[in-house]
Amino acid sequence: MRERLIRLGFTSGALILALGVTALLISMFDHSPIDVLETAWDGAFKDGRRFSAVVNFWIPLTLASIGLVVTFTAGLWNIGIEGQMIIGAVCASWAGLYFEAPSVILIPTCILLGAIGGMLWGMLAGLLKLRFGVHEIFGGVALNFIAANIAIYFISGPWQPPEGGSAQSTPPFQAAATLPRISDDLQFNLLFLLITIGAIIAIGLLLMFTRWGLTLRAVGKNAQSALLLGVRTERVTLSAFMVCGALGGIAGAHRVLQAYSSLRPSPAGGIGFLALLVVLLISFRAWWVPFIAFALAAIIAGSTRVKTLLQLDQSLAGVLQGLIVLTILIFNGLADRLTRKDHHE
Amino acid sequence: MSDALVNSLNSIVAATTPLVIASIGETITERAGVINLSLNGSILLAAMAGFAAAQTSNSVIIGIGVAAMIGAAVALIIAFAAIELRRDQVAIGFVLTILTADLATFLGKPYVNIPGPRIPNMPIPLLSDIPVVGRIFFDHDLMVYFSFALVLMSWYWMFHTRYGLALRAVGENPQAAFARGTKVNYQRYIYTIIGGALVGVAGAAYSLSVKAGWFANAPMDGDGWIALAIVIFGGWHPFRVILGAYLFAALRRIVADLQSTVDFPLVLLNTLPWILMILTLMMVSSGTLERLTRLLPARLQRQFRNVLRSDPPAAIGTRFDKN
Amino acid sequence: MQLKNIHKRFGQVHANNNISVTFHPGRVIGILGENGAGKSTLMKIIAGYQPADSGEIWLDGRPVNYHDPRDAISHGIGMLQQDPLDIGAFSVLENFVYGQSGGILLNRKTSRQQLIALCQQFNFELDPDTPVSQLSIAQRQQLEIIRLLGLGVKVLILDEPTTGISAAQKEQLFNTLKRLAKEQNMTILLVSHKLEDVLALCDEVIVLRAGQLVGDMQMPTTKAALVELMFGAQIQPVKRESRLQPNTPIVLDMQQVHLHDGRLDIPQINFSLRAGEVIGLAGLDGSGQALFMRACAGLIKPHAGRVFVKGQDLTGQSYHQFNRSGVIFAASGRLEEGLIADMTLTEHIALMYEQNTWINWRRAHQFTQRQIERFNVRGKPDDPIQALSGGNQQRVLMGLLPENATALILEQPTRGLDVDSARWIWDQLLTKNSAIIYSSADLDEIMTYSDRIIVFYAGRMKVIDDPHQVTVSDLGHYIGGDFS
Repeated sequence: MRERLIRLGFTSGALILALGVTALLISMFDHSPIDVLETAWDGAFKDGRRFSAVVNFWIPLTLASIGLVVTFTAGLWNIGIEGQMIIGAVCASWAGLYFEAPSVILIPTCILLGAIGGMLWGMLAGLLKLRFGVHEIFGGVALNFIAANIAIYFISGPWQPPEGGSAQSTPPFQAAATLPRISDDLQFNLLFLLITIGAIIAIGLLLMFTRWGLTLRAVGKNAQSALLLGVRTERVTLSAFMVCGALGGIAGAHRVLQAYSSLRPSPAGGIGFLALLVVLLISFRAWWVPFIAFALAAIIAGSTRVKTLLQLDQSLAGVLQGLIVLTILIFNGLADRLTRKDHHE
Repeated sequence: MSDALVNSLNSIVAATTPLVIASIGETITERAGVINLSLNGSILLAAMAGFAAAQTSNSVIIGIGVAAMIGAAVALIIAFAAIELRRDQVAIGFVLTILTADLATFLGKPYVNIPGPRIPNMPIPLLSDIPVVGRIFFDHDLMVYFSFALVLMSWYWMFHTRYGLALRAVGENPQAAFARGTKVNYQRYIYTIIGGALVGVAGAAYSLSVKAGWFANAPMDGDGWIALAIVIFGGWHPFRVILGAYLFAALRRIVADLQSTVDFPLVLLNTLPWILMILTLMMVSSGTLERLTRLLPARLQRQFRNVLRSDPPAAIGTRFDKN
Repeated sequence: MQLKNIHKRFGQVHANNNISVTFHPGRVIGILGENGAGKSTLMKIIAGYQPADSGEIWLDGRPVNYHDPRDAISHGIGMLQQDPLDIGAFSVLENFVYGQSGGILLNRKTSRQQLIALCQQFNFELDPDTPVSQLSIAQRQQLEIIRLLGLGVKVLILDEPTTGISAAQKEQLFNTLKRLAKEQNMTILLVSHKLEDVLALCDEVIVLRAGQLVGDMQMPTTKAALVELMFGAQIQPVKRESRLQPNTPIVLDMQQVHLHDGRLDIPQINFSLRAGEVIGLAGLDGSGQALFMRACAGLIKPHAGRVFVKGQDLTGQSYHQFNRSGVIFAASGRLEEGLIADMTLTEHIALMYEQNTWINWRRAHQFTQRQIERFNVRGKPDDPIQALSGGNQQRVLMGLLPENATALILEQPTRGLDVDSARWIWDQLLTKNSAIIYSSADLDEIMTYSDRIIVFYAGRMKVIDDPHQVTVSDLGHYIGGDFS
């Protein structure tokens, strides 16, 4: 009981500190933190349309985070999630631009291609690790930059608009690729919402009740022991990269279909890195993902409004998110230290 | 040698200086058994802050000092979280690399694309008059000479002083280091902070030496990751690290120069540094490098054992508790 | 040196209970006791690695107070750990110098001369420029001894120094220790559970049992008297009759196998294992046993040659395939290779036995409960594995080995266990009726349980078909490379 109180106190303390530092930074730019908070709150929750923006950040962020729960469980630092999203976005864009079909076929095709693209890009990071001994952090970072350049290549090269490339965007996708919205007020797509909720439940259950989930955990905690206990560790590792990549790819497909209806440079927009923060914050527990992702999505959506109204750079959202994760990780450590001492006495 | 080639080598040396300083900083940190994964963000924030401070005070010295303090502060957070709070070094480093990059963008807004001071060029008398070599290595600013001195000093410190023995021992076998009277965690604090300060100086080298100023799409974004890879390629040895940095920069330059002559999409050429990074790491881990060194005569192999070794410090990323 | 009323507790365990004893200079004193008797704890307290809960240490008639090993050394007390605490990446010279006081700069020339002089004094062959990682355990011990002497140590503690060194190396070590005691008037404390070592070397013995000092004896004495002090009663050595029938089928067959791992090269292995046969592997660490065992289990792939399991060619296949054919490997480091820290007993069982897509957690839980009872494990199904003691972890590992395995490849299956636990493990293993290949640093164990013995030295193998034809001391010579 006492331990819980201490933990709650430290987590609140961390949040207050993060908000306080952010407020200080805002004041440095001659803005009132209260103004910024109000604007951000309005930007995220004032009406159905703005709330829709939050959901539209929440969907890819949650998909990527739930994928990362898989790789972290297997003990892998899949920093390449950003690149897996980008390749997913590029693959979905191909269908969106050139695969002529009615909506009911085209949209699932986009999603499927996105998933396959992301999966293959994830597999590449896995193969580099398993076959060539390149740590997934370095492989992932390199593959992220390569993926980003591949996207730019298509935008400024083969897929440039007929009027000539400005390297800003491909032409808009076919009309059939436009995602149907639930209503005028709720501007998000039901299919993607269902896929996201399904992914949370599916991954959560798979991790708890299947042999695959158990082997993931075993490999994550001690790959050598797992091997000797009969686990095919390489397959498990590769499967984790592929599942995470596929989910990231779907997230990437959502980004291009929902946000832009065209392919633009860096379509993942840092959401993959943000997903890494989400998962670090909750120490890899799947059921927490949707809630934390929602909070961070609200911060991004709110900051868009802050940018347009108050001319404060949107990186403010990243600063706040980074500060929250850092302070919570550190304050958790302080709480651990305190409760550990209690046990000793 | 043609003048064009000499000039181009001269500019490679100048442009690679921040990479050298950052890689040496990280080498020192990792030698003590700590990983500072925040390099990419730390460099950005230090570059921005260093330029801002120099611009405001009109003093590059103050700029460099501020940048070093930023790098040291970030490193201190990692050391504290890892040593006192038992947090995962990689996780904290990653969060910090993201946070510092965003901070650089946010706080640097007012300084984008404005003119500011730059470290003045200072050819070394006599040395710079040596044909070819003089122009390549001794016709630069103080930051470049500092990087040369840093490589020499860190090498001498690591391999020829009593403190260097302790530094390496702490990263290899902390239990043994403790048994010989070395304060393991104290050493780790010191070297993490020194390494971080150097990373900060590397940031200042970008914004005050290579290309003065702060820009919206910071050109050095990504170099922090490359520096981390160079440390691995460099086998945690200062000489091999500087060699790796120059090789990498030279290849990057050759590729850039090819753009004009080869018909190949420019953006795809931008992926080459990263492909190069992957190939480099593949070469290290596949043992190709070790096999090559085995071709050397046994006597040389032994003499240059420290340079030729590719194993990471054995206790890297681990925690040390007494008892 | 005098110890007065030393106490040390670890949780429930009273590792050192009121120990008072006096050690005189110029003598070699044996510290005897079973595993867990408190010998190592006491020595670590004397050498400054751990503080005592209470009690005093007196040197030359004065109480002294020190907090870490470095302090202890400055009081003239140094300890040689079982696995020498050195830095593998350093050269011999660097290891020698590191820890000495002096200016910032290293004076390599003087240090080198000092090192060479000490080496010559004791006939040690240590090249100052060789990396320590390339030395044998015996050489690393020599280096540590010289290093501690260089620091002016007057009391030298050695923890189980004869594990993992050959008969010849042991003789050299013992001669050195005798000389140090007699010529330099040092106090030598030898921690061991090997009676032969103590009888051969010591002037005096103290015996610990369950944390208490139970006896003190001057040499010479008899083995029987020491055994009685150690265990409280005499124990009969176990004799095992070979249960190998003629014409049993071959289960594992290696033909012209060539193994190689960078440092070691085993050029040509022709070897077959019969059903139910128990083969003991003897040899110093890194002589090739580990390589051989991993090749038997498919964990490393041979450079050349073929490996058959039950007649089926499995050359180059994965461990998983060997597993399917009934070859099971268990490594020596329990929590490093074998068990998974942070996972519960039930999860371990499920990993081994629940092969379907969906795990039946209830069934796994029940089965775990049964195995716990059967193998007498002190723990509950939901306990994380690292919460168990070493002996209990080993029992869990035994419970994880399948009943019907064709061949068990076991690396040091009883390492770090006391005599009773080790015997219990062997009882369990031998009822399984699988063929067994195992390694051990304990030559008595090898002699007791093997139908055949293979001795390894630097990648060479010597097969002993009938263990009754050799003695423990023969084996000691073989593992030192003296194959004739």
